[in-house]
Amino acid sequence: MQTTLSEDNKEITHAIEQAKKQREISISEFFTKNRHLLGFDSPLKSLSTTIKEGVDNSLDACEESDILPEIKVEIKQTTPERYIVIIEDNGPGIVKQQIPKIFGKLLYGSKFHKLSQTRGQQGIGISAAALYSQLTTGKPVKITSRISKNSPANYYELQLDTQKNEPEITKSEEVEWHNDHGTRVELEMEGKYQRGKRSVSEYMKYTAVANPHAKLTLVEPDDTTIVYPRATTQLPIQPKEIKPHPDGIELGLLINMLKSTEARTLQSFLTSEFSRIGAGTAKKICETAKLYTNARPSRIAKQEADNLLQAMKQTKFIAPPTDCLSPIGEELLKKSLQKEFDAEFYATVTRPAAVYRGNPFIIEAGIAYGGSLPKENAAEIIRFANRVPLQYQQSACASTKSVIATKWRQYGLQQSGSNIPIGPVVIVVHMASVWVPFTSESKESIAHYDEIIKEIKLAIQECGRQLGKYIKHQRKSKDEAKKKSYLEKYVPVIGEALREILDLKEADELLINENLKDYLERSRKI
Amino acid sequence: MNEVVTKIKETAMKVQNKINKKSKPEVSIPIRSLNNVNYDPKVGYFELKGGKKVRALTVNTIKSFAQTLKMMALSKQVVEGDDMATKREAYYVSKNWGDARFKEQPESDAVMDDIEAMFMVNREQLGFVPEEKGGDIAGKLIVIDKDTTTGKEIKIDCTKFGSGAYSIPSSVEQLKFETDAKFILAIETAGMFQRLVKHNYWEKANCILISMGGVPTRACRRFIRRLADDKKIPVYVFTDGDPYGYMSIYRTLKVGSGNAAHINKYFCVPQARFLGVTPQDIDEYKLPTHPLKDVDKKKIKDVIKNDPFVKEHKEWKKALELLQTKGQRVEQQALAAHGLNYVISKYLPDKLKDVKKFLP
Repeated sequence: MQTTLSEDNKEITHAIEQAKKQREISISEFFTKNRHLLGFDSPLKSLSTTIKEGVDNSLDACEESDILPEIKVEIKQTTPERYIVIIEDNGPGIVKQQIPKIFGKLLYGSKFHKLSQTRGQQGIGISAAALYSQLTTGKPVKITSRISKNSPANYYELQLDTQKNEPEITKSEEVEWHNDHGTRVELEMEGKYQRGKRSVSEYMKYTAVANPHAKLTLVEPDDTTIVYPRATTQLPIQPKEIKPHPDGIELGLLINMLKSTEARTLQSFLTSEFSRIGAGTAKKICETAKLYTNARPSRIAKQEADNLLQAMKQTKFIAPPTDCLSPIGEELLKKSLQKEFDAEFYATVTRPAAVYRGNPFIIEAGIAYGGSLPKENAAEIIRFANRVPLQYQQSACASTKSVIATKWRQYGLQQSGSNIPIGPVVIVVHMASVWVPFTSESKESIAHYDEIIKEIKLAIQECGRQLGKYIKHQRKSKDEAKKKSYLEKYVPVIGEALREILDLKEADELLINENLKDYLERSRKI
Repeated sequence: MNEVVTKIKETAMKVQNKINKKSKPEVSIPIRSLNNVNYDPKVGYFELKGGKKVRALTVNTIKSFAQTLKMMALSKQVVEGDDMATKREAYYVSKNWGDARFKEQPESDAVMDDIEAMFMVNREQLGFVPEEKGGDIAGKLIVIDKDTTTGKEIKIDCTKFGSGAYSIPSSVEQLKFETDAKFILAIETAGMFQRLVKHNYWEKANCILISMGGVPTRACRRFIRRLADDKKIPVYVFTDGDPYGYMSIYRTLKVGSGNAAHINKYFCVPQARFLGVTPQDIDEYKLPTHPLKDVDKKKIKDVIKNDPFVKEHKEWKKALELLQTKGQRVEQQALAAHGLNYVISKYLPDKLKDVKKFLP
């Protein structure tokens, strides 16, 4: 007994010692160690991440307030390594008191706790960009925001207190501003500007494809201005928050929900905490699980919870409500592609909603083919998650996996083995979901769930079939035209040669030409 | 009427009849490749086995079909007018054929080859001649040709060219010969030919020297054949000791090639025998060598497996296998390692003492 006591004491002493060493890790330390997870691993990527976070926020804010987004991104070079990034929108603006927290405090936001389709999910984006700016140049982030014509425009200059994770206001004043409402963010940071693959302009173009209701403008460091016009003035339908769908529930989550619910009976727990469970279905589930409908949820033991889960699994539910999802839509996605890609054929598909682990999602796919798209290159694959373009980690993504697993030859494209098809083609895949499963924190590629891959494949195949039909038709008419021109070119040469060899009369030659043309036109073989 | 013109007319008539019956016109052409030849030493050359490809007139083939007929029309015109056209000229004539014109000369050459094969004639009979030179002659030979303007016989004495040589014309059918030479020596390289001419080797050995300059042209092969047949003199061949010298030069001279199998009958020299340089010579004469190139190694493997000539003559198989084991090749001019005139004073006299040892 004594030894045990002394050993206990020893352990306690250990714990106290340990506790002395444990302290809060400062935000800047955390950031510096984890910047790659947040998209700030290289100067090139940092610049585009900053713009991405800013534009995502602007789009979300505009849509929540029913405003047609008009966003301008301006990049200026100050030194060989430094750039100023300005993102300006016509959004609802931010009330004065909130400005410092939104831009000067990490992990502050409203999106993290919701189960609904939004672009940003972690509330870390724009303040991380501000912190990156501060760490690389020491410059404050400059914000101008106004909420209405009748309110003043507020101007702030902010620094982050990296020890306390609190904003530090270095300047605050009311200013004149040309916008009735909206927000303007200006940051100076180390960066690198490039064109081409994974560039800012590519991000803007792709964003324009996924957001046909937005007007975007990009001013590049050399003053080149690119305007991405709207394809529609119709705002997307606001996605609603939803309750979990019973198809995706796991035991651990079910037990937690049973413990924390405010419902007093199992019946009301089932109907109020889940989507798509009505009174009748709830009763049936309880019967199957051999539980009373009026049992207290907090008293359900682990074994009984498991029975409940099995009962739910045996029950068929209606698919989750789709009003929690806001797909781009077949029509608009097609218009977007027509606007941004000079092709000759377009096909788009929006699949019905499906579920993976209880999360409803919708897959959309689109194909642009021909026209001025490069003929010899591998297809351009454009991936979106909740209307946000995914520009990195292409090969790790479920979308890419589905594209290369598709047999493109049957649709008239070249493809060697399991590779990206070759040809003048752009392939778009969009996943809209209340929760997009990414493979890592940097949110660049979608995880490989069977249900998701199946849906992406179905969407691509549907587009592919339309493409195949088009290409086949094209080839046929091309062959026809070729055949016609061949006959016109060479039939008279044969007639002429035979006349020369056999000393024929002109009438004989014409007869030969006529008969040969007639014979060849009837022969189907090319 | 000329035989070729008759054949051209017959073919054209068949095509016309088919067209007017609105059925599929076609021509058949023997397949020209090593896979489609037989070799029988009694016959003496690669003979076509009879494999044929049928070219039917369809939308896809109409262009080459039209070109073939136009080329036949040109051939008829040339032959009937007792004229001739070089291969290059024929190519230029096609520029008047509108869309059926040839883009490059190899296209028109290929069509010409097809017509040759179709009628089993050579291109001279079709009225077409190549631009290539036939080869050079020096030694105990008088060539009897005709003056191109007067038609009078002229005698060309091949001993009277000094350090130069008589050039074989592109067409040799009209030539006649006078000679009392004991043999013809056909040489691969111009360099070796010049050395032998310089020292009047033909006088010492009482022979006719012919420089082939690589793979012998059709005119050169025909010239040697006619001369050897006419005067009943043996033909000895002297090339580098490598697969190119053995197969591309010697074998082509003696039995013809797969690609020109339809005309081998006229262009082979079945009496040719191989003097050297043989793989055994490398050791016997202690000759400096170079390693075999990858293409050489590939060629050796290929001919041992596929060439009907090598399959027939075990001596050649052995020689090639020896070369393969040695992994070395030897040039004619390596003999100079023992003195510039070693070839004249030692090598050739040695070899000629026992012509039975020559490879078949």
